[in-house]
Amino acid sequence: MSANADKVRQARERLDAHVREIVQWHFHPDTGTPFWLERAKTYKFDPLKDVNTFDDLKLFGLFEDEWLRGGPVRRWVPKALANKPTYVFETGGTTGIPKSRVVQDDFRIDYEMFSDTLPEKYFPKGSNWLMLGPSGPRRLRLAVEHLCQHRGGICFCVDLDPRWVVKLIKKGWMEHLKAYQEHVIDQALTVLSAKHDIKCMFTTPKLLDSLAGRLEQDGSSIAQQGITGVFCGGTEMTSQWIRFAIEELLGPNVYIAPTYGNTLMGLAAAEMPTADQNYKIAYYAPEPRAVAQVVDFKDYNKVVDYGQTGRVMLTTLTKEFFVPRFAERDEGEREAPSAKYPWDGVSGVRPFHEFAATTTVGVY
Amino acid sequence: MMHIPVLRWGEPYKSLDVDKVVHFATGEVLAEVGRANAGLVERDMRHAQRARDVLREIPIADLLQMIKKAADLYTEAELPLGNGTQTPDQFALMQSATTGLPEHMCRFNMTKNHFVLNQMDKILESLTRGLDLNVLSHGYGMERGVPISYQAQSPVLGLVLPSNSPGVHTLWLPIIPMQMGLVLKPGPQEPWTPYRMAQAFVQAGIPKQAIAIYPGLGDVGAAVLAHCPRSLIFGGTATVEQYKGNPRVQAHGPGFSKILLGDDVVDNWPKYLDLMVDSVLINSGRGCINCSGIWASRHTKEIAEALAERMGPIQPLPPEDPKAALAAFTVPKQADAVSAAIDQDLKEDGAHDMTARYGSRLVKKEHCDYLRPTVILCDSPKPAIAKKEYMFPFTTVVKCPQDEMLREIGPTLVCTAITEDKKFQRALIDATHIDRLNIGPMPTIKLNWLQPHEGNIVDFLFRARAFQFEGPLPQ
Repeated sequence: MSANADKVRQARERLDAHVREIVQWHFHPDTGTPFWLERAKTYKFDPLKDVNTFDDLKLFGLFEDEWLRGGPVRRWVPKALANKPTYVFETGGTTGIPKSRVVQDDFRIDYEMFSDTLPEKYFPKGSNWLMLGPSGPRRLRLAVEHLCQHRGGICFCVDLDPRWVVKLIKKGWMEHLKAYQEHVIDQALTVLSAKHDIKCMFTTPKLLDSLAGRLEQDGSSIAQQGITGVFCGGTEMTSQWIRFAIEELLGPNVYIAPTYGNTLMGLAAAEMPTADQNYKIAYYAPEPRAVAQVVDFKDYNKVVDYGQTGRVMLTTLTKEFFVPRFAERDEGEREAPSAKYPWDGVSGVRPFHEFAATTTVGVY
Repeated sequence: MMHIPVLRWGEPYKSLDVDKVVHFATGEVLAEVGRANAGLVERDMRHAQRARDVLREIPIADLLQMIKKAADLYTEAELPLGNGTQTPDQFALMQSATTGLPEHMCRFNMTKNHFVLNQMDKILESLTRGLDLNVLSHGYGMERGVPISYQAQSPVLGLVLPSNSPGVHTLWLPIIPMQMGLVLKPGPQEPWTPYRMAQAFVQAGIPKQAIAIYPGLGDVGAAVLAHCPRSLIFGGTATVEQYKGNPRVQAHGPGFSKILLGDDVVDNWPKYLDLMVDSVLINSGRGCINCSGIWASRHTKEIAEALAERMGPIQPLPPEDPKAALAAFTVPKQADAVSAAIDQDLKEDGAHDMTARYGSRLVKKEHCDYLRPTVILCDSPKPAIAKKEYMFPFTTVVKCPQDEMLREIGPTLVCTAITEDKKFQRALIDATHIDRLNIGPMPTIKLNWLQPHEGNIVDFLFRARAFQFEGPLPQ
């Protein structure tokens, strides 16, 4: 169902107001973020005066994620939050110095907002969860565990180290890769068999493939294990894959909630894809805290028309972290606002075609 | 728009992900091919045993008859393809349009596949060294009064196929008559042969449950290799290295095929010029059996000049031209990269481009590129380019003393050694880094189909083992 024009306008006004608040926060000498305060000295504009709407963020140019490599990490902590306990989450890092992001409460807020999008019938409050995916320096483990706790459950965790997986692939150690994958799935099966009343899980597409495959070999299934809701993310998901998962791995009694996001932004949610929509996955970022745009490949200042293809551009606007206009390593189609999300979305997310050939993606 | 579906044990499955297959010269979209996902392959492999079971219900002798019938259907019939049909002419046109091979070469490859299918009984007899084929079916038998057992190591053979050379398909044609299923991951530019051959097989009476085709990306190829107990993969040197020593995978890479001229014949080199040209040029130099190195102890400059004179003037012609000798590079920037790599290697001392005088190697067109024949003279085996192979008519002519040749040539898929020197012949026969050895004036591209290619496929799929029994056994 499409959004009505009033709701879209109101959402836009709320976004513009939020932009003003966040930019004031990160660039004010009392509250600001050292990185941005230092960078502001090079600008030919004054962020405190000249940035009043979301469109004004174009003044900042493009955010370069390379700025997130290396320290001092404290330069990303706003002065006003300097005394709060701070986490650092990393992304990438198979070789060289990983990109890092500081976080205090954002991941909890993001996942609580995401929690509101989950249907109670399939993700019952109070039920226990299995978190089957990367932990280590990544956000996912803490975030999923918080989501589970926020909904009144207890989270069991099985780790997978994606950096090791990438190394195994690059070295061509496919037997080791298989053994590691089996090691991870073995642990998941052990947890599921231990009568912990687990009804919900987070996992990645590849791990869901593997878990379902192994359960089937053993004469069982995700549904027969008592799982009713699967929150899936971490790597690319195509419509074909989600259809395959729904039709052949999960069955009619298990809900799958596909998500899109990364450590730099929050979590973009999607309705459960359906056959009558050709299993299209349309993600909507949690505005106004984060915005996902689809921009022209040749002109990142121009948003493409609805249904057209472009590069995904993410903007994060929280008091902990300000990322204006980060060109993601993905492309997709621009989606119109919906009744539930009266702002733009993105569908068909896949690796940006210029990077696709050289990047190892979707390894876990 | 023609839609070619994923084939799950004979059942069409319309994927939501598709790849468009584009005519290299015009940019016209010829068809869309459904893209499988890795989980789908993994899931379907639960039924792999059924593929062998349904084939074992048909005696091998009957399967061989069906294969002969399939040969004719493949070359002559209008066969179903996706949501349409395809005539043999359309097949050649489509294969040419996506692989860049001239149409007459595509038609020639069809006759090659036909020949192999038609001779399948003889090929199996030869590859099994005269074994009663029922032994493959039952898993045991008696030979010269001794119990024997050939145990199938897999119910199916997985294949991760290339796009560059339709000739490789001959390697998997003997699988079905050995009562093993096929799990095919076609090359992105060459879905045509697997689909057409599968249809020919099915129309000839072979159970459709024996064949699965999964077009897709790298993850699909990896899934085929991971879930089929025996697979063949085609790729570059890195692929071969990756699977070296893996008993589940037979990796086929570059051939580095060569012609060695013995000291006893080299003074008569003009006599072998046609043979050398054919070895380099036929099939536009795309195959692993095409010659990429001609080695001799003397006259190398004259040989290289003569080869350049013959091949250097060759220009790209439209794919429908029966005289077209060159295949197009349909993958963007691939030809640029190859040409640049050759130019880089030519900076080394002792390597000379003998075809440079015939014009630019790289020919760029609107939707594709060509590389014109290239002959490089090497003063010794030392320059790195001496042992290179590329996917177009490319050869080096390497000066090397005869008694150092076998030490220097490196791995060689097909070696044509022209010599009557018995000592040299003995050394050649004993050389373990040569796979197919031709002693005498034979082009490298002339194969005897009754002989194994890069390992005997029967030995790869069946294990000879001890087996003793008393009383009746299952047939």
